[in-house]
Amino acid sequence: MSILGNRVVRLEDPRFLRGEGRYVENLDLEGALSVTFVRSPLAHARVNGVDVSAALELPNVQVFTGADVDAHPFGPPPHWHITTGMERPLVARDVARFAGDIVAVVVSEDRASGLDASELVIVDYDPLPAALSVEEAVKDDVLLFPALGSNVANRGGADDLDDRLFDECEIVVSGVLVSQRMVAAPLEPRSAAAVVGDDGRLTLWATSQTPHTGKMVVAGLLGLEPAQVRVVSPDVGGGFGAKMVEPEAVLVAWLARRLGRPVRWTETRSENMLGLPHGRGQRLSYTLGGTRAGKLLAYRLEVLGDGGAYPALGAYLPNLTALMANAVYAIPKVETRTVSVVTNTTPTTSIRGAGRPEAAQAIERAIDRFAAEAELDPAEVRRANFIAKDAFPYATPTGATYDSGDYDGALDLVLRSAGYEELREEQRRRRAEGSVVELGIGLAAYVEISNPVGEAEFGEVEITEDGGAILRTGSHSHGQGHETTFAMIAAERLGVPVERVIVHRGDTDDVPKGTGTFGSKSTQIGGVAGRVAADAVVERATALAADYLEAAAADVLLDVESGSFRVADAPTPSLSWAELASKASADGRLGELRAAHEFQAPPTFPFGCHLAVVEVDTDTGKVVLVRFVAVDDAGTLINPLVADGQVHGGIAFGVGQALFEEVVYEEDGYPLTGTFVGYGFPSAAELPSYERIEMVTPTPNNPIGVKGIGESGTVGSTPAVVNAVVDALAPYGVRDIAMPCNGENVWKALREARG
Amino acid sequence: MTNVALTVNGERREADVEPRQLLVYFLRDQLGLKGTNVGCDTSSCGACTVLVDGESVKSCTVLAVQADGSDVTTIEGLAAGDDLHPVQQAFHEQHGLQCGFCTPGFVMATVSLLRESPSPSESEIRQALEGNLCRCTGYHNIVRAVEAAAKAGA
Amino acid sequence: MIPAEFAYHRAESLDDAIEALGRDPDAKLLAGGHSLIPALRLRIARPSVLVDVGRLEDLRYVRDDGDRIAIGALTRHAQLAVDPVLGHGCAVVARAAALVGDPQVRHRGTIGGSVAHADPASDLPTVLLALDASLVARGPDGERTIPVSSFFIGPFTTALAAREVLTEIRIPKVDRGVYLKHTRRAQDWATVGVAAVVADGTTHVALASMGPTPVRARAVEDALANGAGAAEAAARAGEGTEPPSDVSGSGEYRAHLAQVYVRRALEQL
Repeated sequence: MSILGNRVVRLEDPRFLRGEGRYVENLDLEGALSVTFVRSPLAHARVNGVDVSAALELPNVQVFTGADVDAHPFGPPPHWHITTGMERPLVARDVARFAGDIVAVVVSEDRASGLDASELVIVDYDPLPAALSVEEAVKDDVLLFPALGSNVANRGGADDLDDRLFDECEIVVSGVLVSQRMVAAPLEPRSAAAVVGDDGRLTLWATSQTPHTGKMVVAGLLGLEPAQVRVVSPDVGGGFGAKMVEPEAVLVAWLARRLGRPVRWTETRSENMLGLPHGRGQRLSYTLGGTRAGKLLAYRLEVLGDGGAYPALGAYLPNLTALMANAVYAIPKVETRTVSVVTNTTPTTSIRGAGRPEAAQAIERAIDRFAAEAELDPAEVRRANFIAKDAFPYATPTGATYDSGDYDGALDLVLRSAGYEELREEQRRRRAEGSVVELGIGLAAYVEISNPVGEAEFGEVEITEDGGAILRTGSHSHGQGHETTFAMIAAERLGVPVERVIVHRGDTDDVPKGTGTFGSKSTQIGGVAGRVAADAVVERATALAADYLEAAAADVLLDVESGSFRVADAPTPSLSWAELASKASADGRLGELRAAHEFQAPPTFPFGCHLAVVEVDTDTGKVVLVRFVAVDDAGTLINPLVADGQVHGGIAFGVGQALFEEVVYEEDGYPLTGTFVGYGFPSAAELPSYERIEMVTPTPNNPIGVKGIGESGTVGSTPAVVNAVVDALAPYGVRDIAMPCNGENVWKALREARG
Repeated sequence: MTNVALTVNGERREADVEPRQLLVYFLRDQLGLKGTNVGCDTSSCGACTVLVDGESVKSCTVLAVQADGSDVTTIEGLAAGDDLHPVQQAFHEQHGLQCGFCTPGFVMATVSLLRESPSPSESEIRQALEGNLCRCTGYHNIVRAVEAAAKAGA
Repeated sequence: MIPAEFAYHRAESLDDAIEALGRDPDAKLLAGGHSLIPALRLRIARPSVLVDVGRLEDLRYVRDDGDRIAIGALTRHAQLAVDPVLGHGCAVVARAAALVGDPQVRHRGTIGGSVAHADPASDLPTVLLALDASLVARGPDGERTIPVSSFFIGPFTTALAAREVLTEIRIPKVDRGVYLKHTRRAQDWATVGVAAVVADGTTHVALASMGPTPVRARAVEDALANGAGAAEAAARAGEGTEPPSDVSGSGEYRAHLAQVYVRRALEQL
């Protein structure tokens, strides 16, 4: 019986449960110096000078400024088409462009004395006017890079808008949705450590989702051959898209080379809130038109994206939003236009969902607005416009090709499971009795794109001398459970017990290649690469077994139930993996039982439908999420237990955006949400248990049929919850509420509607 | 420097500490017990939760000198050899952890909770875990784990 | 973050603590540490020496004193929450203590520390203000009793002199008392907190996070005394307040919340 599809408890759990996680911060590194960054408290300022004399009076303290650091500036890869000339010096030299920009680096014997010294570094700043919002930045009044004459970092989509796009529409709704800036907030703050070996090679330990890319970045910025660099990303305490390799880790590597001593850095949470790239930060203007009967005809989405001070992935993401603009709907005419600008804020990047949540938030809000205007049930408007089940592969007007889907099926399932009619009945009852606490029901149908740029991943399977297996993958796991799910994939193919498959990842010396983990792509390319490599190992092992069994390879088969090779139609003799490996080892042929594969495939399109039920206190505006029903279809499930966890976490992240989270800057650009006190992401006390319903529509784009599941929960949950809050207050005339729909924003919307 | 002597996971430990040394860094850096993690600097996240004299506390908000003479239990002190503590076992079986960074704190908070309230309702569990933050699990399976641990009589 | 350097003195007795405070003007008293250590860690507070009174076990008690209850300043929130004397004599304090911070904070944080820290968003000071509590302080010149109404002077500022130690909190026995608070998340500070109690036949109302200190809602109390109903009286909750604007709410939202929660508190009394 196949192990795939079983709820296998995770093999990696025990070390975490025993407090033996191998996080970078836990690394023993004899004699390592401690690094402390001095960061600008100002959003935009000329740096006239840095006086390090007082700091240097402390024992064993060194300080480096921008003038000392000879590494190349940090910039995005060319395929993101970000304006050149906006690269980030590792240490700001003349200008600090956000509160958090590094202006000096302190090296000390320990963490505490580093903090002491950092307080004694005196930076002479001249404050400059700051552009803190995209609305401000797009005016180009305040320029972050004056030589360029513009704050625009990236543009995409239509050059000219079609002013007849909505001509045939009987109903047209439009609005602006701000998908507010958030932080990823992995529980583990970032950490990095670096050592230069006797051979001159650099080893960098870093909290990174992408160690192989990190290796290339570090080598490039420090002017080294890639072979001179090893990056190790061991256990990582959550990433959510934000933990790649950032300037801090590069500086730690630079310092190790400069000082010839081991160097390490672990950020504080306050530092993490400023320094780890933020996410979202899109202003979305939508217009949706259709017939009074509820048929959608045209949709326009314009995105103004916030790249932060030094644009990189975050400035590119509006393009992904545009690609997913029409979501699950067959809309004949779709028009998108995107602009990203730089602002005097922390740079932005991908965080859970990365461009796709914004697309879903806009269109799902637009659909509810349309339904209200047409006086139709929002569920029915969705159903009437879904891309049909038999229309796949489906080429969208924005240029995506959806692989597979059953959007109608997901909606039906969620409505039935939630008891939609009963909920509406309860809502009517409360409204009739004039309850202070109103009930709201919100729907969101979504489709997202996983492995969005169609990347490849490396996988290698090696049989060890004792008949177990090692699976090397270029994917990274920072909570996703690859040590279990990837092991299951190989175990199933090889016919060895899952606990005999050891997954190696995160060390560029051990795993030769990799693209890392982001965009929900691990299983669908990394897992599949492992599977294809396992196929090849089985083929080679079969040939080898044939030699030992003195049979033709074509007559030998692997019995995966028993994990042994035998001649077809003859139960004996047989060779177990252990026997085969042992013989091969003795004969110097063990190396034959090893194969690698790089698997590349187009993106897949996970989808689903979420339903949120909220209670809204109309006196205080306080919203309580009381039920959350989620249908998420990510194709074939390897391990439903792990898949559940991915969906749950995704939902919480999305609910966080809908109800709780927002990065807020003071007028002078200093963040008010610079700690976990100011930035309130929800605890268990703010959330309900979730009602997850499985649905499986395999993708044809890989041999397992699996799509990504890490982000889908986030894509659907935010609009479902926001729609529920607005739905609760529809009788009061509320048509929209700014995110996060916390008490105050709800109260303001109510007050405005009540007049 | 001030000398402190305390019992950690059943063993007497003694060391000189700076008065400003926080209990969590004392455990991690001076005693080498790196299972207790630091997730924030505002006593918000609970990743550093340990038991002091049997009760959950945030070890980032206690000075090592304050813990002098106390009985401290960290995540390393829970399992009995190869056998996980019932709370650890429940987190394992219910998939109550993902990246694992908040896990020691949640486990210790749960041990403390179940001592004070052996069979809490779901709502009581959620309230009792208000001081622990997790970004991976959405808490669903953490709550299931606490329920399972309570059922197992942890 | 790690605190800036300081010296440490573990007080062996109350007198020892008072003496130690006298030796250094920048000395600071350490009780449970759950207000002070966060401030030390962010280096907002930088005392030269910490005088640790945390081991003065004789300041940890809840005592029935006939018509009133005396609470030792070092009594922890978790103890207050389950204390039977409070449960019978002044349950509103126990219920409010159960809402402070989170379980870990309640295991270490003390009522005296919370009161002396004087955070305007703090729960117990607000309840004590509504109760017209008396605060007993001991200094080099002996003991004095400070009415809570003159104790909170400004944010994080109290009537305690530099060498005084808060030792005891005295509250009347009341059987009608409510504490409600609005928070973004369970663990957060109150956006607004409302304490309402009936003592000696009159209704007292105090507000958290509506100004630089916990404040009495005098206009509400006056309206009630003049026979107004809950809703009518509650409409005056914002009078005389200076609600701050911060990430947990704007001043105008707080003013609105104060009215709602005062009404609800009065209705629940």
